[in-house]
Amino acid sequence: MNIITTQNLSKAYHHKDGVVDAIKNISLSVEKGSFVTITGPSGSGKTTLLLTLAGLIRPTSGSFSFLEKELTHVADSELAHFRRKNVGFIMQSFALIPYLTCIQNVMMPLSLNKVDNAKQKSIAKEVLANVGLENRMNHLPRELSAGQQQRVAIARALINSPSVIFADEPTGNLDPSLSIEILNFLKSINKEKNITIVMVTHSPIAAEYGNVKIHLNNGQISSMINLN
Amino acid sequence: MNLLKLVWIELWNKKSQLISSLMAIVIGIGVIVGIRTINVYSEKAVAIKLDNLGANILVLPQAASIDDYYTSDIDAPTIPMEYVERILTSDIKGVDNMSPKLTRRITLDNKKYVLTGIQPKDEIASKPLWQTTGFGKELEASCAPSSDENTSHGYEDEKLKRKAVDTLDYSECLLGFQVAKALNLKEKEILKIQDKEFIVAKLLDETGTVDDDRIFVNLRAAQDIFGIPDQISAIEIMGCCNAISDGLLGRLRNILPDTRITTINQIVSTQIETNKMMNKTSVIFLIIILFVGSISIGNYMWANVNERRKEIGILRMIGTLKSEIYKILLLKAIILGLIGGILGYLLGTISAYYMGPVFAQIQVSAIPIFILWAVLISIGISILGSLLPAYFAAKIEPFSNMQEE
Ligand SMILES: Nc1ncnc2c1ncn2[C@@H]1O[C@H](COP(=O)(O)OP(=O)(O)OP(=O)(O)O)[C@@H](O)[C@H]1O
Ligand SMILES: [Mg+2]
Repeated sequence: MNIITTQNLSKAYHHKDGVVDAIKNISLSVEKGSFVTITGPSGSGKTTLLLTLAGLIRPTSGSFSFLEKELTHVADSELAHFRRKNVGFIMQSFALIPYLTCIQNVMMPLSLNKVDNAKQKSIAKEVLANVGLENRMNHLPRELSAGQQQRVAIARALINSPSVIFADEPTGNLDPSLSIEILNFLKSINKEKNITIVMVTHSPIAAEYGNVKIHLNNGQISSMINLN
Repeated sequence: MNLLKLVWIELWNKKSQLISSLMAIVIGIGVIVGIRTINVYSEKAVAIKLDNLGANILVLPQAASIDDYYTSDIDAPTIPMEYVERILTSDIKGVDNMSPKLTRRITLDNKKYVLTGIQPKDEIASKPLWQTTGFGKELEASCAPSSDENTSHGYEDEKLKRKAVDTLDYSECLLGFQVAKALNLKEKEILKIQDKEFIVAKLLDETGTVDDDRIFVNLRAAQDIFGIPDQISAIEIMGCCNAISDGLLGRLRNILPDTRITTINQIVSTQIETNKMMNKTSVIFLIIILFVGSISIGNYMWANVNERRKEIGILRMIGTLKSEIYKILLLKAIILGLIGGILGYLLGTISAYYMGPVFAQIQVSAIPIFILWAVLISIGISILGSLLPAYFAAKIEPFSNMQEE
């Protein structure tokens, strides 16, 4: 079953110096349970594609759907509901809220989904233990190493049992051995929980983890390899 | 976690910013609460004064000042008792009631008190002259409604109404609340003034006015104590309202040329003026604080939203609705308003407590209902100031790596 489908998806940024066509006519479909990697030179539109697929920015033209549901023209609030229910995010800069402790950061998506506090706590503890941070639950992000912060972000992405996790250079700020650790973890959740992963990366090593490999050039797909 | 907790943690995280943003609101609400508190007590004091007088016209010695009426020094001027008879025997209509008084300061145990000689009701009634003139009866009937209005003076607090003294023997006295406390006297005990002994007939309730420091004795006893028989320091007259406007004052002046005749409204007019001014000031302050407070909160919110663009973006990224961002900001505004209102109330009440006696010569205590107003106004101001920042906060796009550059 296809989890993500796009038709001629394009995004143009309107800038005072002119229009930038970040992605152009992208048509693709991603099967549920895939590990998709997106590579390409800087400025080729990788982040733009990822954000569009995740419903964070609106395409200029074309369409995209999630689990057969057309999302191109739905209201902002529906997109937000889609994100809080189905999507987890892992960003290069971790995107943690600095004044919340690890566990509070991890609990946030559950609180948005109106899970009661006791349940939020127990699930968050379990997920934090999964990423090896059971001893750091009440630490603030700044009291953690970069690798630990990224694991908090992963825990937050996992907490609402999403069907897809979008990761934009999740290992970009980490040293090589930490990167491998994080990538292995992503691979394991992809395998064990059948969570679809869409990951933008610069690193050829990271790209090897994918079973669907998309290469972008100038906002267009220059190659797409499906190993499934 | 929930939105409220998120807001709370965030506010707690930046305490110093919070305090500085609240400064304007706290001071503003404080000033309003302070003025209003003093004002309420000052208005009460006026009401008490008016009701304590139980009269609306005062006949004073020509040379006396208004203050002498409340507390006179030993050499304060007096008028002869005969003036009372002069009024009674005249054909002046519209005098409902009359009570001659002699008021002087005295010293007991090295402390100063005010001694007031009064004529109790039974003595008035027993005076044949007053009965033959039909004093009271007929006039009262004709003037009853308007004189009623006069005695209440628009203040409806029953407790404040002065109770008429029905009987007070030559050897009896009534003690004001503070006097009884200071002299440690109870009912039926003996108070010695110079060489005279007085039985304490009654302890008066606390009124918050100079009456608390007053000792009441029979007028004749007071005249004997001060050695000025047949002299009084004032005649309080209950005049019929219509008669006053018909020139009662002028007619009284005609028969009592060497006196000063004034109405109660003139006496308390300065305090009434002060009250009016305080009312106006608090309205002006309310308007100022509405502007300054909401601008100051708005400014804080604006800076706060800008500083937290990234966090708001993160919240949006993980699926927080625009309406929830709005809610977060408004919750924050409400919390700020709540804190500002409570602190402002405390500040205002405490300052009123200390300033009341200094500036308005009245004792002030907290008015609990004001906390409700303080909080409501403060929250209103805070929400007003936060509307625009909240609107822009909700417009912040979901976080993406690109925003960081
Ligand atoms: N907000 C924006 N406004 C205008 N132009 C933008 C904006 N965001 C991105 N672009 C442009 O769109 C193009 C694609 O950007 P994008 O961030 O998707 O590239 P990328 O492949 O992720 O690059 P990198 O590998 O450096 O992260 C770039 O040319 C960029 O300058
Ligand atoms: Mg990028």
